Amino acid sequence: MDNIISINDLAKVYDNGFEALKTINLDIERGEILALLGPNGAGKTTLISTIAGIVSPSSGTILVDGHDNVRDYRSARKLIGLVPQELTIGAFETVWNTVSFTRGLFGQKKDPEYITQLLKDLSLYDKKDNQLRMLSGGMKRRVLIAKALSHAPRILFLDEPTAGVDVELRKDMWRIVNKLRESGVTVILTTHYIEEAEEIADRIAVINHGEILLVEDKTELMQKLGKKQLIVEFKEPQFSLPDSLKDYSLDIDDKGLVLTYTYDATADATGITRLLQSLGEAGMSLKDVRTTQSSLEDIFVDLVHSDGIAANEQPKEKSA
Amino acid sequence: MNFAAIRVIYRAEMQRAINTLFQTLASPVISTSLYFVVFGSAIGSRIQTIDGVSYGLFIVPGLTMLTILTQSISNASFGIYFPKFSGTIYEVLSAPLSFFEALIGYVGAAATKSFVIGVVILLTASLFVDLQIEHPIWMLTFLVLTCVSFSLFGFIIGLWADSFEKLQIVPILVITPLVFLGGSFYSINMLPPFWQTVSLFNPVVYLVSGFRWSFFEVSDVNVWTSLTMILIFLGVCLAVVSWMFKTGYKLKE
Repeated sequence: MDNIISINDLAKVYDNGFEALKTINLDIERGEILALLGPNGAGKTTLISTIAGIVSPSSGTILVDGHDNVRDYRSARKLIGLVPQELTIGAFETVWNTVSFTRGLFGQKKDPEYITQLLKDLSLYDKKDNQLRMLSGGMKRRVLIAKALSHAPRILFLDEPTAGVDVELRKDMWRIVNKLRESGVTVILTTHYIEEAEEIADRIAVINHGEILLVEDKTELMQKLGKKQLIVEFKEPQFSLPDSLKDYSLDIDDKGLVLTYTYDATADATGITRLLQSLGEAGMSLKDVRTTQSSLEDIFVDLVHSDGIAANEQPKEKSA
Repeated sequence: MNFAAIRVIYRAEMQRAINTLFQTLASPVISTSLYFVVFGSAIGSRIQTIDGVSYGLFIVPGLTMLTILTQSISNASFGIYFPKFSGTIYEVLSAPLSFFEALIGYVGAAATKSFVIGVVILLTASLFVDLQIEHPIWMLTFLVLTCVSFSLFGFIIGLWADSFEKLQIVPILVITPLVFLGGSFYSINMLPPFWQTVSLFNPVVYLVSGFRWSFFEVSDVNVWTSLTMILIFLGVCLAVVSWMFKTGYKLKE
C-alpha cells in the first residue's frame, strides 16, 4: 500500500487538559479521497490542523510522503494545501494578490498562467481585481480553495467545504475534487454531511471523541454494515402470517398493512422469492413492493451512538 | 531559505501602508509641523539655547525618535496581530517557512515604514529649522537600529496581545511616558541629580541622546553607551522573539 500520510500514535492534549486527539493511527493512501466523518467537536479539525502544522502535537508522529511534519516541516508542508472551515480571508487585498500571496508563502515562483487557469476553473477570473470584502460568501469560499491550490499541492485538505454553500458551488467543488483526483491529488475531506462522503469518497474514517472508530472502504463499509430491507404493502390488513414464513426476520406494522423483511444483500440466497411465493400462496393481495438500503448516514449514526454520542450531536441532514 | 515567502509577506505589509499612504505620511508630517509651531516657534523662541543649540533645532532628534518609536511598535504589532485576530495566520503557520523568515518579512516591512517616516519627519523639520547632521553614518545607524529593534518590540506586543485593548496598552502606558521622560524635549542634565539618575534607567534616554549626538555632537550620555544600550535592547527583543517562536507562544496551540 502506497501511503502519502502515515499518522502514528498521534495525541493532542490542550493546555486546559482537554484531550482533542487520543492515540490516532491512520494511513492515507496516495490519490484517494478520504472522508473524515464525525460530529461537532469530534477532533476532525484538530487532526487536519495538526497534519498541516497549525497545531503542535503532544506526542506521536506524522509522515507526509515520508517527511516528518515537525523535523522536516518544509518538505512536508510544501505538499499540503488547506481550505479552512471558517471564511478566514483578508478584506482589502484583491483576489489575484491574495492567491499569489499564498503561492509565494509556499516558496513557489510567480506563475501568472497557472493562477489565471486556476481562477478560471473556479469561476473567479472575472473577479480577479475585486477586493475580497466585495465578494459573497460563496465567492470567498472559492478564493480559499484557489489559495489552497495556488502552489499545486499533492494533498488537499477540505475542512467542511460545503458548509453554507449553494448547490452550484457544491457541484463545482465536486467537479474540481474529481479533477484533482484524476491528476493524482489526495483529498481529505472533513464533513458531518454524510451525503457528501457517500457521493465522493473512496474511504471513510469515522472519528469521535478524538478517536478513530473505523477506517473502511466506502463500498465495503456499506456492504458490511448496511442493511437491506424489502417492504411489502398489503391491500387488506393482515394480522397473521403463513407458518412457512416463521423462520424469516419479519416485522409487521400495527395496522397490519406493511411488512418489513430485513436481509443480507450480499448472501447467495436472500429468501425474497420464497417470501413472495408464500405470501401469494396464502392469498394475500399486495399493493406495493419496494426495497431500501441503509445509507451511510444510518451507519454513521449507529457508530457514534454505540460510542456514546448524545442524540443532539448527531449529524445534520444536508440542505439542498 | 524561503525567499519567496519573505518577499510576499514584506510586499503585502508594505502594500497595506501604500493603500493608506496619505494616512501613513500625513499624520507624522502634520504632528511634526504642529510640534514645531508650538515648541519651536511659540514656546521655543522664549527658551534659551541648550548646549549651544537652539530649542527648535534641539527637539528635532527627540521628535523624530518619538514618532519612529510609536510607529515601529504600532506597525509591527498590528501587522502580526491582525492575521491572528482575523484567523488568516493559518496560512503563515501552515506554509513551509521558518519563524525567522516570517519575522524578517513582518519586522522588515514595519522597520522600513518607520524609516521612511523618520526621513519624512527630518525633511519636514528642515522646512522649519536649519538642520545640520554632523555624523550622518551614526545618524543612519541609530535610525535603522531604532526602527528594527522597536519593530521587533512591536512584533512581540502583537504576538502577546489577545485583544485590541492589550495592543494599545503598552504603547500608551509604557512607551509614551518613556519617550516624553526620555529627554526628547529637554536635556536630562537640566533635571535635579536624583531625577537624572532615575532617567538613566529609561532606555529611551540612550536612543535620543545618541541620535541627538549624531546631529549636534551634544549628548546626555556617551555615544558608545547609547549604541551599546540599543544593541542590548535589540538582543533582548531577538531572544524573546526566538523563545516565542520556539515555543509557539500565542501562535500555535
